[in-house]
Amino acid sequence: MAVQVKEREHQDVETEQLMSGCEAIAEAIRLADVDVMAAYPIRPYDGVMQAAAKLIANGKMDVEYIVADGEHSQFEIVKHACAVGARVFVGSSGVGWFYAFEAIAVTAGLRLPVVAICGNRALDDPGAFGTEHNDSLAVRDLGWLLPWAETAQEAMDLALMAWRVGEDKRVSLPVAIGLDGAFLTHSQAIVKIPTQAAVDKFLPKFDLGDRLLHPDNPITIAPQVDQDWLMEIRMQNDQAMRKAHDVISEAHADFKKLFGRGGDSPFLDEYMTDDAEVVVFGQGTLALPMKVAIRRLRKEGHKVGLVRLKWFRPFPTQEIVKSLSRFKAVGVIDRDYSFGSPYYGGVLYNEVRSALYSLDKRPTIVGFIAGLGGREIEQAMATDIFEKTKAAADNIKSGDMCHWIGVRS
Amino acid sequence: MSDPTETSVTVEVVYRGIFQKTLAQRICRSIVLAGRKRGHTGTAFARYGDSPERNGVPAKQFAVVAINDLELEASMAKYEPAVVDVSIAVDDTLVKGVESWAWYGRQPIWKPVRKDGFLLVTSENTPEAVLAQTDTAERPYTLVIVPGGASFAGLWVFKDDHTDYRVLGALAKVLPDWVRLDDVKALIQEQTKDAGAVQSAQRGFDGATQRAVNVGEGTSGHEVLQFEKPGWTTMRPGIVIDARKPGERNPQYKKYGARTLRPVVNFDTCIKCTMCWLDCPDECFEVTPEGHYEVVYEACIGCGICAQVCPVKDCIVMVDELRFEDNEDKWQFWKKDHDGYNKWFETKSGVSADPQVRTPAARQEGSGNANPSANPTSASGGDD
Repeated sequence: MAVQVKEREHQDVETEQLMSGCEAIAEAIRLADVDVMAAYPIRPYDGVMQAAAKLIANGKMDVEYIVADGEHSQFEIVKHACAVGARVFVGSSGVGWFYAFEAIAVTAGLRLPVVAICGNRALDDPGAFGTEHNDSLAVRDLGWLLPWAETAQEAMDLALMAWRVGEDKRVSLPVAIGLDGAFLTHSQAIVKIPTQAAVDKFLPKFDLGDRLLHPDNPITIAPQVDQDWLMEIRMQNDQAMRKAHDVISEAHADFKKLFGRGGDSPFLDEYMTDDAEVVVFGQGTLALPMKVAIRRLRKEGHKVGLVRLKWFRPFPTQEIVKSLSRFKAVGVIDRDYSFGSPYYGGVLYNEVRSALYSLDKRPTIVGFIAGLGGREIEQAMATDIFEKTKAAADNIKSGDMCHWIGVRS
Repeated sequence: MSDPTETSVTVEVVYRGIFQKTLAQRICRSIVLAGRKRGHTGTAFARYGDSPERNGVPAKQFAVVAINDLELEASMAKYEPAVVDVSIAVDDTLVKGVESWAWYGRQPIWKPVRKDGFLLVTSENTPEAVLAQTDTAERPYTLVIVPGGASFAGLWVFKDDHTDYRVLGALAKVLPDWVRLDDVKALIQEQTKDAGAVQSAQRGFDGATQRAVNVGEGTSGHEVLQFEKPGWTTMRPGIVIDARKPGERNPQYKKYGARTLRPVVNFDTCIKCTMCWLDCPDECFEVTPEGHYEVVYEACIGCGICAQVCPVKDCIVMVDELRFEDNEDKWQFWKKDHDGYNKWFETKSGVSADPQVRTPAARQEGSGNANPSANPTSASGGDD
């Protein structure tokens, strides 16, 4: 599906707007010419449904906009629409996402490339709606591709990537873009909006091929299976997820050519790592305060840097191994929790640790749980994270493998 | 009695889904509990994939008795034993072949029975008549007939006709090292406090007739149906399979394994009213050039609805499945040889092909069951 384009040919005609992450996603829905979207309100995802409804009301977008009776129906609607060949969009947050869980689980097995956002939100203890990544991460084992955005611009860009990658026949898997509630979904920034012509060049028409549910193509989707079938079905999903890695790389290269954005690597965004000895590793908006801290600490002479993960699934194991093995110590910051997990660390911590395990020379890994429930990552916390990581690099044993940051005792 | 030379024994009960579920469960549990009486241990389980059971579709339950827990482990955590010492068919029409509703092809009834094992069938027919409908033996085994009809002892209704006690008694005869008649009797006495039930076990023991079956004996007339399971590289992605276009039948989906009775049509008396064609839940009827309706026996499950809705007396008659050798369509037969067909109809159904004749025609092939209401498969419902 290589796209033939000249270097940055469309960059000059992009427009700029001040918009929130949710509005940026709505623009992506318009640009991708989505056929069906299903909505049910829950904060912070509902910013997208409002922004999309406004685009429709203002005559700027034509999409079948279905307000469901709950998240489960919402995700079922797009799953079925996708099976008849519609390009679809859906989204939710926190426990709303969990209410849709049955539909979410089977969508991946059916290889239907639904594109969703998960406006990351705490799991409602009670009523909390600040960001936490446990809602998105709950589907990490099911066959959904999981990118995370740092900015509103990246949210839009990842959305366009999501349809391109998910709908690719080699992949044909659903995608859920992680957007930090408030910091990204409800904060406005300058966003470059590409032209329709450029997007059309990047994003081919959705084509399910011989899997299209249509009277002219008599098929049955999802007949009952049992133990004699399911392992082969899981294997197909495993292979699709493996192929997704290269398809993301292809799409990223095309995206960069067309729009001039996206960074060097589709999977990792490195900041001040060239001479760094100690880096922190994380995903989403927490990279922003950490970059501020890095500039401040570098002025004080500390060789620190940041590696931000852009795709949690497929997990870019080789890229992570190659990057992180250069450093003395890595502090993995989790905006999530995994109670009772190895060393009581977060999800990302244990995945990174596992990825590095087979290396002969591996950096010291320290885990940090920070920013839960949408708590801001303040500069003092960032300093604390770097100090603890550096202490580990200097082989100073604190007794703890993982630390909670900025929590009152 | 001597101690077993092997360390475990495996028995399967093949039964009609729903209608004989409780019977199969009682037999399998009792085998384990009888083994327990002499210090053995065991496990009883149903084939997980049969559930939710479909009316009349061949289903299986199993009992394994082992000399101790360690030896039992080799038979645990399984859906279905690959090899059994004894297969018990509690409906003699099952000997025509077994096909689960998940459809992996029709299997000979003796398929899992080990060399020199036993096939135990409850039947009112002779061993020769049963063997005549059983697939050609590839290994020697012993056919054991336990006199009696197919017991309707299912999920919803349990008709306690002592079939389970008679089967257990017969099993004690063929597996004396594992299931002792005294243990079976003691167990039934404990469970029922009924001397008649205990006596039924003795009757099963005494009445069971054995017939050695050699390689090559049986019928080669049954259709061979096999199914290759595809691999992940050959399966279509996204859990997609080909569907049928309107009017097509799925050539792989043959449901006749569920049939205990089959509809036989008197084309002379048919008034072409369409009722059978309309009401058949499996769309089994084809319209002939003259506007008659003939049964496609490969698709018919023998539910009997056609016979019930047919407004003409004895135009569609339900007949014991064991009396038929094949699944050939019969309209061609009637077209070519009208009188020959009508004689065949009378022979099979036991009723006259001539509507002016009110008395039943002379039965020439034993006692066929010509009463559609006796067909348990006409009941509705499932356990899902």
